[in-house]
Amino acid sequence: MTFVAKPRVHHPKLPLNELGLTRRDYEGSVSTLCAGCGHDSVSAAIVQACANLSLPPHRFAKVSGIGCSSKTPSYFLSKSHGFNSVHGRMPSVATGANLANRQLYTIGVSGDGDSASIGLGQFAHLVRRRINMLYIVDNNGTYGLTKGQFSATNDKGSTNKRGVPNLYEPIDLVSMALQLGASFVARSFSGDKNQLVPLIQAGLQHKGMAFIDVISPCVAFNNHNGSTKSYDYVRGHAHPVVGVDYVAEAEEITADYAPGTTENVRMPDGSNLRLRKLDDSYDPHDRVGALNYVQTHQAQGEVVTGLLYVENDPMDCHDILRTVEAPLNTLREAELCPGSGPLDRINASYR
Amino acid sequence: MSVTYNDFVIRFANVNGSGSASANGMFAKALFRMGIPVGTRNIFPSNIQGLPTWFEVRVSEKGYLGRRDGVDIMVAMNAETFDEDVASIRPGGYLFYDNSKPLAKNLRRSDVHEIGVPLATLMLGEFSDPKQRGLFKNITYLGALAGLLNIEFDVITGMVSTQYKGKDDLIAPNIRALEVGRSYAVDYLQAPLPLQVRRTDKVGDRIMVDGNTAAGLGAVYGGATVCAWYPITPSTSLAEGFERYANQLRRDKETGEARFAIVQAEDELSAIGIVIGAGWNGARSFTATSGPGVSLMSEFLGLAYFAEIPAVLFDIQRAGPSTGMPTRTQQSDLISCAYASHGDTKQVLLFPSTPKECFDFAADALDLADRLQTPVIVVSDLELGMNDNMSAPFVWDDARAYDRGKVLSAEDLDGMSRFGRYLDVDGDGIGYRTLPGTHPDKGAFFTRGTSRDEYAAYTESPEAYERNMQRLLKKWDTAKTLVPAAEIVDAGHDCGLIYLGTTATPMQEALDLLEAEGIGVDTCRVRAFPFTQAVEDFVAKHDVVFVVEQNRDGQLRMLISNELETTPAKLVPMCYYAGLSISAEFIRQGVSDYFKTNKLPRLAEVSS
Ligand SMILES: Cc1ncc(C[n+]2csc(CCOP(=O)(O)OP(=O)(O)O)c2C)c(N)n1
Ligand code: SF4
Ligand SMILES: [Mg+2]
Repeated sequence: MTFVAKPRVHHPKLPLNELGLTRRDYEGSVSTLCAGCGHDSVSAAIVQACANLSLPPHRFAKVSGIGCSSKTPSYFLSKSHGFNSVHGRMPSVATGANLANRQLYTIGVSGDGDSASIGLGQFAHLVRRRINMLYIVDNNGTYGLTKGQFSATNDKGSTNKRGVPNLYEPIDLVSMALQLGASFVARSFSGDKNQLVPLIQAGLQHKGMAFIDVISPCVAFNNHNGSTKSYDYVRGHAHPVVGVDYVAEAEEITADYAPGTTENVRMPDGSNLRLRKLDDSYDPHDRVGALNYVQTHQAQGEVVTGLLYVENDPMDCHDILRTVEAPLNTLREAELCPGSGPLDRINASYR
Repeated sequence: MSVTYNDFVIRFANVNGSGSASANGMFAKALFRMGIPVGTRNIFPSNIQGLPTWFEVRVSEKGYLGRRDGVDIMVAMNAETFDEDVASIRPGGYLFYDNSKPLAKNLRRSDVHEIGVPLATLMLGEFSDPKQRGLFKNITYLGALAGLLNIEFDVITGMVSTQYKGKDDLIAPNIRALEVGRSYAVDYLQAPLPLQVRRTDKVGDRIMVDGNTAAGLGAVYGGATVCAWYPITPSTSLAEGFERYANQLRRDKETGEARFAIVQAEDELSAIGIVIGAGWNGARSFTATSGPGVSLMSEFLGLAYFAEIPAVLFDIQRAGPSTGMPTRTQQSDLISCAYASHGDTKQVLLFPSTPKECFDFAADALDLADRLQTPVIVVSDLELGMNDNMSAPFVWDDARAYDRGKVLSAEDLDGMSRFGRYLDVDGDGIGYRTLPGTHPDKGAFFTRGTSRDEYAAYTESPEAYERNMQRLLKKWDTAKTLVPAAEIVDAGHDCGLIYLGTTATPMQEALDLLEAEGIGVDTCRVRAFPFTQAVEDFVAKHDVVFVVEQNRDGQLRMLISNELETTPAKLVPMCYYAGLSISAEFIRQGVSDYFKTNKLPRLAEVSS
């Protein structure tokens, strides 16, 4: 792997966003993942979403655990700092990073091994803490980096490359997130950028923890007939519930909407998230209903994708802790050190 | 009758959760306020209610505050442990007990003075509520002790008034209970005893506080903004101390908003992960734990060492291995902290021995972590952390600025041609870092636990890997010049004695006892790892070096043998590890026996 930046020659036809930047300004170094790896599509979708939103490309804190998926923060937003930490512990590092500076966009990328096995505890507790971040799991149902062992999200009965079936029950991170009180829960597919890009945009704008489980096939170890996380399987069984389009306040989007009811969700920054219900019975504000829906369809072998649940006025961890508006990492002696004054009183209290 | 003043050990035997702690604490505080040095120790079980607990006070005009075997006055309030409590009294000592019921014959000792006070009976006449009777019994024995030992009564009543300020209806019954006890002692017993206290001026401006509270306060002063922790005895009160003082001193006066964030994490893995995430993002952060937590944090500590992230960790040691004796003290995490993690790692350690040093080292550790871009572990123990220790008062120099280390600003980056995160620009092994979000185009880099070159690019080049590992060693050498210096007393003796942390508490007494036997040794109190040059010189110049420590395997001795050019043969291990704190007598005996066995010359022989 190298860290040589791609030449940033602006293609004259690339559209400029509000900051006068093109998509290229949001890219990272050249990926060293296998050609065709779903994770690269997820990185591309993150690039597109950040460019679409005209976010400053250097104002992100990118954190990850260990795995092929966790390498990807190198491959997007190279103007921002990234931290490839230890296996399964991205949530704690993200928590610390976000506590230190609440004004950066925190993006965490993890794998299904990283989040559903070794890091399951950290995943659960991050949800509880409501850290303001976008949390993406590149879910390929396998341990890519250690060469194809089963992961905990693998469906019972699905086979590995050698045809050996998985004997154990799967963990569904989406259902867990719903149950643990996550305020934004979505699922998508790496190959469906029309759905994924708007979901990432919505997740970035969401205050609190936005969780997106992205089914992201591993072409090296888990893209064969017996796998339920392969391109073909997911394409054939995907069941989108809610289409999402992020609408910046200034801009009106009308044309793209398929028929059906729509609903506006107010985002904390004042902009609107427009939800499109493909299924009239689906209510993205009903946590219990969402859980039920996901699991009912799962039982029928269908993968529900889309924005499954979003809370209207979520709080984040800083709201809960009532921390000051200024990032904690900017505070200096004057704001932090009580000075010698109070020490007389304190010393006296111990005499 | 000859009277001994201000020199005894008193032990209170109670039942955990019976409300005795406050009366016992007031006893120690009263003597302290009379200017008498006191050392206090809680000996308690890993249990919330019902099991035995002891509180011991060493009273010493000379300021000998280490643990001393043998009890002069036993306040035996726990029927269950009465046997062993009576047995622990020194011949000629005193047994204070509730004689509402007569003492069984087999519990009596002819060589011990019995002081019976009918506490239960006295309470019957005073309080109608049985619960109150139980609680005020503690205050009543305090009153009786005041009479017996000649404690200034208004010192105690003054304390009751301040303690219950705002709950005024509690003041009168407490003072009443005190008076009941004292009157009984004065009217019916031979009070005061030949063992007494009297006002003196040996306390000076010192304070009495536990090391954990001091460290928590030090972290507030040192500018920590993120605290993540997971409860474990004996470290919990450190995070709680930080929280208490941060709430007092770090909230915006108008909005009440916090200039700090405290997270009780789901486990120690998460706690250290939060600290490292915050440190990476430029906030001063810390966690507090004990041995089992250090084990869990090890993988992350390796990451922080190799990826060069500032982080501060307080390890309040307890008796291991595993859950060991979780409410007893030891110094047995030295190795697990010094070399925490896999691969070639070395961690910077600081060893406080008083609450003042806990306060100072907390702030120093935050500076050092930023300066050295590495974890700094403050290694304390239960003895220091959880007991009230006498200490010099806290001092803060208002001219002191935080040392935030080498962090580049946007302007710095503008003035640079190419930023290399791991370039050794200054030759001290420490690179310049940037914080996330600093500059639109420059200074961003990828932090990883994998090998990289000077420009933070991933590499598996053998040369680049070795260069980086060598630079980390150079940084280690730089650390030797920055950590707190050892405290060395060198009178030119042939033998030296090395120790750290709370082994300092009984040290002066031990040295005085040895001197009385004609034995002189130079001393070196190590205050940090890596060892400074002065420590290396100290070991080199002495023929014999006693290494006194509180663990089984001689972990400080291992560190010295490992890190310094010396023959382990001259390092004489002296290990106490039974879970109580080390005593002066243990040290005296070890050194004295060595002198005898090896027929080393005594002071008088040398000078004659
Ligand atoms: C503590 C620890 N245990 C094991 C490993 C080895 N390891 C590296 S990546 C990985 C699994 C990654 O799987 P996943 O998170 O699903 O990522 P993917 O490669 O599939 O994207 C494992 C077990 C490690 N790095 N650290
Ligand atoms: S092994 Fe699988 S997950 Fe890893 S890069 Fe290759 S395709 Fe992607
Ligand atoms: Mg995977």
